[in-house]
Amino acid sequence: MSDIQSVVSTYVSTSILKQPKRIISNNEPLISSGLIDSFSLVDLALFVEDTFSVHIDDTELNVQTFDTLDQLANLIQSRQSK
Amino acid sequence: MTTFSQKLQSLYAGDAERVAVTLQHSGQPDLPVSYRQLLRGAHAYAQTYARWKIEPGEVVILILQHGEDLVYSFWGAILHGAIPSIMPFLTEKLAPERYRADLAALISVTRPAAVVTYPEFESEVRSALQEGDSVRAVILTDKLEAQSDPDFDSLPGMKCSPEDIVLLQHSSGTTGLQKGVALSHRAVFNQLEAYGRALDLNEKDVIVSWLPLYHDMGLIAGFLMPILSGIPLVLSSPFDWVRAPYKLMQSVSQYKGTLSWLPNFAFNFCSQKIRDRNLEGVDLSSWRAVINCSEPVRFESHQAFYERFKSYGLKWEALQCSYAMAENVFGVTQTDSARPPKVEQIDREAFMIERVARPPLEGQPAMLMMSSGRPITNTRVRILDEHGREVPERKIGEVALHSDCMLTEYYNRPDATRKAFLDGWCLTGDYGYVSGGEVFVSGRKKDMIIVGGKNVYPQDLESLTYEVSGVHAGRSVAFGMFNEEAGTEDVVIIAEVESEDAAQQEKIADAIRQHVTRNSAIALRYVKVVGPKWILKTSSGKTARSANKEKFLKELEEQNQ
Repeated sequence: MSDIQSVVSTYVSTSILKQPKRIISNNEPLISSGLIDSFSLVDLALFVEDTFSVHIDDTELNVQTFDTLDQLANLIQSRQSK
Repeated sequence: MTTFSQKLQSLYAGDAERVAVTLQHSGQPDLPVSYRQLLRGAHAYAQTYARWKIEPGEVVILILQHGEDLVYSFWGAILHGAIPSIMPFLTEKLAPERYRADLAALISVTRPAAVVTYPEFESEVRSALQEGDSVRAVILTDKLEAQSDPDFDSLPGMKCSPEDIVLLQHSSGTTGLQKGVALSHRAVFNQLEAYGRALDLNEKDVIVSWLPLYHDMGLIAGFLMPILSGIPLVLSSPFDWVRAPYKLMQSVSQYKGTLSWLPNFAFNFCSQKIRDRNLEGVDLSSWRAVINCSEPVRFESHQAFYERFKSYGLKWEALQCSYAMAENVFGVTQTDSARPPKVEQIDREAFMIERVARPPLEGQPAMLMMSSGRPITNTRVRILDEHGREVPERKIGEVALHSDCMLTEYYNRPDATRKAFLDGWCLTGDYGYVSGGEVFVSGRKKDMIIVGGKNVYPQDLESLTYEVSGVHAGRSVAFGMFNEEAGTEDVVIIAEVESEDAAQQEKIADAIRQHVTRNSAIALRYVKVVGPKWILKTSSGKTARSANKEKFLKELEEQNQ
């Protein structure tokens, strides 16, 4: 489980925030805090789909399902186990 | 000369069952709205405004998301003779306190009689109201009069004169006092006539748009023009588009869309973020013009878009440009739809130093400029030097315009209105040049940043950083940096703090990122926190944005080596 978080965390800090050294904690809000803007949201979704071979629907790209690394990891895991 | 209500009456008398607009929502079936339904919905609002004793000529602020209520409340205000103005809805990343403060500032300048919103949002709106302000009614979408066919003769909107103000369009600005561009019925119809002619708008057209209606491009090109011209409109929301850009292509294919308007970054966004599996069966051959507008236009963005979608039937000559602004209702120029926009190379040094656009000498660095087209027939363009004198072709200066569709005024802002005009010409604040009758726009007079089609003043962002603990007033600098990949500007903020400790600086960088975004809804690409004496000041103690930008870029380059 923590593997998913760290892979996504590296992607977010390197490719979206351009602060490779930035550490993101697993329950830190990403969207509602303004860390990830809506333009980067679809990048993150595409990255998740490619990396973990899961499908993310555009209606899921919101604070309810996507705000923290933990939430995202849960979503990915539930898709993978299907 | 006609008015909005009279035009609606004739459209209704024509073929009332014809679909005026198809509303799209993610995860829901498309909703076709006929002219009859549009007028019934609008009539319910008109009667609700009457019940609340809103007078014709008073302003009604609409704080609603994409959907039927936004459409009906707008046209209802028109039928009632009131002046609608659409405001952005609160988004999840903007702090509610900031939204409230902006709304209160807007109310104090615009002095609206009513605000329309959802029951869930009522308390948010009420918290921005103050004792003794102009707002007499907060009208909720679940407390409306019943829908019914309008009796036009009894509607106050039918008594409007073409010179009356028909709507306000609030120019985007992050914080502080906003300017409401006041437009008359006459100005809007003059614009639609001239712009429609430039586009060769005809009954076979279908407009597909996801643009927000609080912005001139969405409001005029993607809402008023089709509805008042009897041209079918397929309308979705920016919120849905940014999450699923492929839906634009699917809609164009499904509805045989012919015209769309996009800010430059959207050309890049669409070409990078759409998967093949979402384009299966998509046919874009009906698209006769995809018009690049509202940000500096880039040839590279057109190339990327064309490469991505040519195998789906996209035509190269469909990629067009326009230069537009709310002060002229919308369009100022438009490229010729029969051929691709003119692209030329100019000498970079001559552009920067001599302020002239001429072909580069052999081996000299060049920059690529794409034309925004010729002025539409009712609009004249002049390029002025800093003394307000017209300059010759190919000299760079401020773009000024004159037309029969200029704004009436900035609403309740005589100070701003005076500043915007010079001898009856409207000063745009944009730099550009004219060549062979075509306008090439080259930049902004002020340090304004244009990110994703939204205008941002760096001083607004800098002020926000001073509210962050550890950052002192006057010790930060904000600027835009063009991002080739995104096709728009990235926002950079540099803040100077006492601490040289890296961990401490990182913490302040986070706080700045969060505070600025929550209070401006602008995402920051780079936040750099530095130790004392990093920021360069001019001799008078002002922050020199361009010098600091150069320094930042140099450091970034060294880092990447």
